[in-house]
Amino acid sequence: MHSVSEDDFALRFREIHPPLAPQAALEEANRCLYCFDAPCAAACPTHIDVPRFIKKIATGNLRGSALAILEANILGSSCARVCPVDVLCEGACVLVRSHQKPIEIGRLQRHAMDHFYATGASLNFQPGASKAPRIACVGAGPASLACAAELRRAGFGVTIFDSRPLGGGLNTYGVAEYKLTPSDSLREVELIRSLGAEFRFGTSVGDDVSLDELEKDYAAIFLAVGLGPTEALGIPGQDLEGVVDALTFIADYKTERTIRVGRKVVVIGGGNTAIDAANAARRLGAEEVQLLYRRGEREMPAFLFEYEHSKLEGVRFRFQTQPVAICAAAGSSIAVGAVECVRMELGAPDASGRRRPEPVAGSNFKIECDMAIAAIGQSRLLQFLEKTRGVERKAGNVVTDAETGRTANPRYYAGGDCVNGGREVVDAVAAGKRAGAAMVRWLEASHG
Amino acid sequence: MADLSTVFAGSIRCPNPFWLASGPPANCGEQVMRAFDAGWGGAVWKTLGEPIVNVSSRYSSVDWNRQRMMGLNNIELITDRPLDVNLREISEVKKRYPRHAVIASLMVESRREAWHQIVRQAEDAGADGLELNFGCPHGMSERGMGSAVGQVPEYAEMITGWVKEAARTPVLVKLTPNISDIRMVARAAKRGGADGLSAINTINSITGIDLDTLTPRPDVGGRSSHGGYCGPAVKPIALHMIQQIAADAEARLPISGIGGISTWQDAAEFILLGSGTLQVCTAAMHYGFRIIEDLIDGLSNWMDSKGFRTLDDVRGLSLARVVEWKNLDLNYKIVARIDPEKCIGCDLCYTACWDGAHQCIHLDRTEASPNGHRTPAQVEAQSARRIAITPIAKLDGDRLAGSRPVTPLARIPRVDEEECVGCNLCALVCPVDGCITMAQIDTGRAFESWEQRAAASGKGEHC
Repeated sequence: MHSVSEDDFALRFREIHPPLAPQAALEEANRCLYCFDAPCAAACPTHIDVPRFIKKIATGNLRGSALAILEANILGSSCARVCPVDVLCEGACVLVRSHQKPIEIGRLQRHAMDHFYATGASLNFQPGASKAPRIACVGAGPASLACAAELRRAGFGVTIFDSRPLGGGLNTYGVAEYKLTPSDSLREVELIRSLGAEFRFGTSVGDDVSLDELEKDYAAIFLAVGLGPTEALGIPGQDLEGVVDALTFIADYKTERTIRVGRKVVVIGGGNTAIDAANAARRLGAEEVQLLYRRGEREMPAFLFEYEHSKLEGVRFRFQTQPVAICAAAGSSIAVGAVECVRMELGAPDASGRRRPEPVAGSNFKIECDMAIAAIGQSRLLQFLEKTRGVERKAGNVVTDAETGRTANPRYYAGGDCVNGGREVVDAVAAGKRAGAAMVRWLEASHG
Repeated sequence: MADLSTVFAGSIRCPNPFWLASGPPANCGEQVMRAFDAGWGGAVWKTLGEPIVNVSSRYSSVDWNRQRMMGLNNIELITDRPLDVNLREISEVKKRYPRHAVIASLMVESRREAWHQIVRQAEDAGADGLELNFGCPHGMSERGMGSAVGQVPEYAEMITGWVKEAARTPVLVKLTPNISDIRMVARAAKRGGADGLSAINTINSITGIDLDTLTPRPDVGGRSSHGGYCGPAVKPIALHMIQQIAADAEARLPISGIGGISTWQDAAEFILLGSGTLQVCTAAMHYGFRIIEDLIDGLSNWMDSKGFRTLDDVRGLSLARVVEWKNLDLNYKIVARIDPEKCIGCDLCYTACWDGAHQCIHLDRTEASPNGHRTPAQVEAQSARRIAITPIAKLDGDRLAGSRPVTPLARIPRVDEEECVGCNLCALVCPVDGCITMAQIDTGRAFESWEQRAAASGKGEHC
């Protein structure tokens, strides 16, 4: 194990999508066709009116552009940085069908949002003092922030609870540093605070404050608790020193003083989080990072662009490789020294439509490492969710009405990863926004 | 290869019809010689006259969607170099480039003797022809010259007459567009004995205002003045004015076409409306003399492809196709056709037709039945209600869900051909070449103009 200095940190985590120079932004904005009922806007879960904000960049109206973005997506700055635009707005750009590159919507959005924050982050509306009734949001991630913004626009009081010391949820703790820094995430938390939302950090709902108390003090409760810790590997040696879970690894390097990484790192899992962890390990100085995935390249759940980018970061992908045990280093009983794997063969398609991996007998081999990072998906916060009376779940996810985010218990709404099973920041924002708007309609009808 | 050699206004010979227009690119002999080396066929020297004092700054422009200098504006006056220097350089250029045309642009005070003198000086220096600058719209016009002359047919005729008394070479009169009917001055020039017309000079303009300083451009110490507008933006105005004088029997003279010519296509259009030579300024100021290579190459390739051997084969061919509105066929009908294979689904034609035309393009291909009454607001509202999510392979089992190589049927507009008036707007806004075409519909009715119809119905002239 070794660590890197703070000074070195920014350099190592140079952004993968640097800001557009002002003139480049103008040129790019002018390329936009200004489609009617634009497919890019339809593809955006928050339905940002993309041509509208791009046109405003083209005319030099950067403040108007930023406000047009924020009107639809109060987390426009982080979404501009972290959205998988290839499968969302930019993937829907009609220009690809006329043999041109799609408009760089994400970077243009960032251009407008950076201007907004650089010029004082003042919105064009002033919510009045918080009026009753109040709403409680559980979790201070993107879904709750978006939900709170909707409620505050309408003047209702909001309190946001989070067990961690900082707001922003995975935007602060879980997004790869080269996409979004904690400080850029936290300025969005401050924007929501400036709207009059109250935050109770370090307060775990269920432990520090009970749901009964929330039900007593608040008209409705918005559940946006996300998912639980990374699933355990469930193989021998998983508790050895040097075996870490990806989310903890990412949260530690982003927000903790001590940054530790192995020289030879193995990452287990084929999703976007696995790739984030693998890239981070490389940037933190690991000489060799191997990512193990039990199925084939085609079946890997990570976005294609993430996979392609990760190869450029120097991550080595080993497909059809399943870890079966973590082994201790020679001469040590506590430190990881290798991952024992078995080769996999792809059989007939399973329920997901992907070919089922099956171990090849006698193909066991070891990959030396001094750090193993598990990234095989997040668990569900079942213990907490079980305390929410009348809130239904399916496969561990909270069941809601898609348009309103309302659960089977009419005083509970929910959104974000705890509902969708783990999608993107923008999906959480969209869900929070829909739920907030629905609560406003409900509150105004019943209390107005 | 097409023969581009030209004889203009009787005796002005040049290897090709492309001349530098009177302006900054033809300010001195050194420039003109480099231009001839690059391939230009002639040059109209920057206007000679009593040297003046210029201001700085002098130019401003209009950019459009980041394209620089769609239109250029200048407040520069005529030459600021001593007359004898200009004359010596003209003489030098003609000695070295005897096959190229050097035209002296002239502007002096409105006295017969002054004009006689400058004509003799220019011709003695070797100029192949004279161009009378009756068009400059800024500065000089305040001193009774330039467009101050060109805006009064009687003055233009009188001065042209004075010049003709002394001139031995062809006399071209350069017309100002800053007038309600350019034919009036063109006729006056012809009455005065002009051998040719140059059109158009620059158009009065204020190109814009600096929104920080509130000073219009170009800024001369916190003040500005109207200037002369030129460049690609003025081409349509120039084409119209050239057509007007070319089609007017009382004005008909050889025309040296000017006004935004930047490409060989522009040049071909000016020739098709009757231009004998072509003068270029802004494009050369923007990109340099080297643009002549494609002007010549493109024009001759086009002529070869169309079977034209000389410029005489091309000149004026489109003139007969410009008629008065009353002579257009009321029974000719076209309708828009959208190629669904080429449509990329931007739906600009849809919004243009609804807001800017006749509400006959609809987004209803996936509706149960054609619905010409669904408004753009209803279409947008439907999209706004739709819940979109990020496709996640692990959750959705389809890693390509985000890629849309084919335009969804719902976004390919449908033209209601019964309602379509054939205005062209949709085809004009469509960003895809060849996607929207205008197809002719056989109305089964013979040619009938409004003039014929009005005569047949016995009614007077109603609009």
